[in-house]
Amino acid sequence: MADFTQTLMTAVAIGSLYALIALGYTMVYGILKFINFAHSDIVVLGAWISYTTSRWLLPYFGVDFSVSAADRPLPPLWIAPVILIISMLTCGIIGFVIERLAYRPLRRAPRLNVLITAIGVSLLLQNLGQLHFLFGTSPQTMPILLPNWELASFTFGSGESASRVVISFVDTMIFATSATLMLVLEYLVFRTKLGTAMRAVSFNTDTAALMGIPVDRVISFTFVLGSMLAAAAGFLQVMKYPLNQPAHTVWVLLGLKAFVAAVIGGIGNVRGAVLGGFVIAFVEQFGAFYISSQYRDVYVFALLIGILLVKPTGLLGSPLREKV
Amino acid sequence: MSTTPPAMLPATTPFHPVGPVVTAMPFVIGIGAAFALQAVLPGMVGPYYSRVIGDIGIAMILAVSLNIVNGMTGQFSIGHAGFMTIGGYAAGMITYYGSFFLWNGASVHGGFLGSGEWLFAVSCIVGGLVAALMGYVVGLPSLRLRGDYLAIVTLGFGEILRVVLQQTNKVLDDAEAIRTAGWSQWFPPPVGAAIGFAGIPKYTNLFWIYTFVTITVVVAYRLKQSSLGRAMISIREDEIAAQAMGVNIARQKVLAFVMAAFFAGVAGGLFAHEKGVIISPKDAGFQRSFDYVIMTVLGGRGSITGVMLAATILTALPELLRDFDQYRLIVFALLLIVMMLVRPQGLFGIHEIWHFGRKRR
Repeated sequence: MADFTQTLMTAVAIGSLYALIALGYTMVYGILKFINFAHSDIVVLGAWISYTTSRWLLPYFGVDFSVSAADRPLPPLWIAPVILIISMLTCGIIGFVIERLAYRPLRRAPRLNVLITAIGVSLLLQNLGQLHFLFGTSPQTMPILLPNWELASFTFGSGESASRVVISFVDTMIFATSATLMLVLEYLVFRTKLGTAMRAVSFNTDTAALMGIPVDRVISFTFVLGSMLAAAAGFLQVMKYPLNQPAHTVWVLLGLKAFVAAVIGGIGNVRGAVLGGFVIAFVEQFGAFYISSQYRDVYVFALLIGILLVKPTGLLGSPLREKV
Repeated sequence: MSTTPPAMLPATTPFHPVGPVVTAMPFVIGIGAAFALQAVLPGMVGPYYSRVIGDIGIAMILAVSLNIVNGMTGQFSIGHAGFMTIGGYAAGMITYYGSFFLWNGASVHGGFLGSGEWLFAVSCIVGGLVAALMGYVVGLPSLRLRGDYLAIVTLGFGEILRVVLQQTNKVLDDAEAIRTAGWSQWFPPPVGAAIGFAGIPKYTNLFWIYTFVTITVVVAYRLKQSSLGRAMISIREDEIAAQAMGVNIARQKVLAFVMAAFFAGVAGGLFAHEKGVIISPKDAGFQRSFDYVIMTVLGGRGSITGVMLAATILTALPELLRDFDQYRLIVFALLLIVMMLVRPQGLFGIHEIWHFGRKRR
């Protein structure tokens, strides 16, 4: 029972990360109908910007990087949200620039070309980030920003077999931050004028343009929004797993699974992305725990293929219509 | 008034001696050129450049075969490296363990065109057949899915393959142990888990690479001219219209997948036996598949010569930019983006290289 609860909590924390990244994939797909392969690189960028800013900021708050990590004092609690916001804003700007320079000129080009451009942007970001005067190629450890408080703990069983499950502050923060961001997004997409414009553009770009919706501006805004969510996911990921590695398999898989989450939920569907994120995380974590952790990636992709074969447009996707 | 039926034409055209000669001609020229390359080039340019030229050949096989699915049939596969890797592993198992059974060791056996090389050539073809079988399995979802969803399934296939290959056994390297190995040692196959299949005898040379390039290109070209290929192109242009004209869409799509996977498997065999290469599970990942997708798009949809040129450029470019060291992949990425902006139809569009001399109508 303790194991089950622990796995459940990990799944919820990881699932909210997947959901945050999946939202970026799904919003861009919903509007431009292409898979933005550079999205996972924005996540890594977010993590690296968080790392760099905390290296700059923390010395002002008595954190001395020359002593070992265990001896450093904890920075004030409000530093974490400040770094999160800096990282989100920077990635938002980068997302805007990428869309403006690489994707907008291809608005009328075949979708395959946009896809190749996305791969090109992804390669560019990966290799730019590895330059020695930017982030370099060696792995870095993220400074500790959040205290390792235990918010609550449960004890299952008694005596010899007793096992304790802890709800940690970090896990709770991850879930709370992502939940807040998702609620904000939900409000933005379904309750505001801008969100209505976004949905209109995703429904039919040409008609939306005829109705006086500034399509280019809406698309730019979508990219900024997606990139900001990605940066938040990158930040939260290094909060949970502080070792920050450039262009490493961990990040590649994180982006890829978030993408799978978007597809499983029905790509283009905002609520589907959240659902998909949690479904993927649950399957992965429980599969890894109860079957075999070596095949954890296989469960995710097998689930993907299985769901696509049964329901080709994902769980919440609307069926494809074919016009002659 | 009764009309006499016209005299029946003979059902088959009479045998014409020129036909088979014309058919065989491209093979003779190509394999002859491959032979000449092998004889002259390594001595002339040294091992480094002949390795690059070999890599170009392997990239050509992969890109031209992927072009059957992506360029001609208009399906979108990003799992091509998966087929390559499975073919490479299958071929590697045959030569590595075959060499132990035949010659008691996995070192290179026999000289140029010696018995070892023939075992290698057969292993490449078996690797191709294994990959083709996988292509059949992966091609089946293409009947139900289209566009991006199919791309995602092929991507998932590559990733699953990558993880599964990581769970294999250690390579057996003792002749006695291999002879007495029981079922438990052969399954999962002993191909070296995550670190890759080391120890495969390095048979690959320019002759075999360009022989298989010739076969791939001739098959792809003749396919493009045939009714089969035209049916595939019709699916690319408009699936519903093609179906209305009586094209068996399901069969054509699966066929395209199987053919592309076969040649990818052959290329995998060549890759696994190349000097300085240890084929490993990460080769099946989607990043390598992207390389070949980029080649097909950059070359032009369905243009065989365009794709060959793109394969040459994209393989040689990172090597030529090696002096720029850490900037080379940045330059590569920028070129890719700029290329897509200024020439979205690819180098040759839908044309072949010899169309350019002619007047356009």
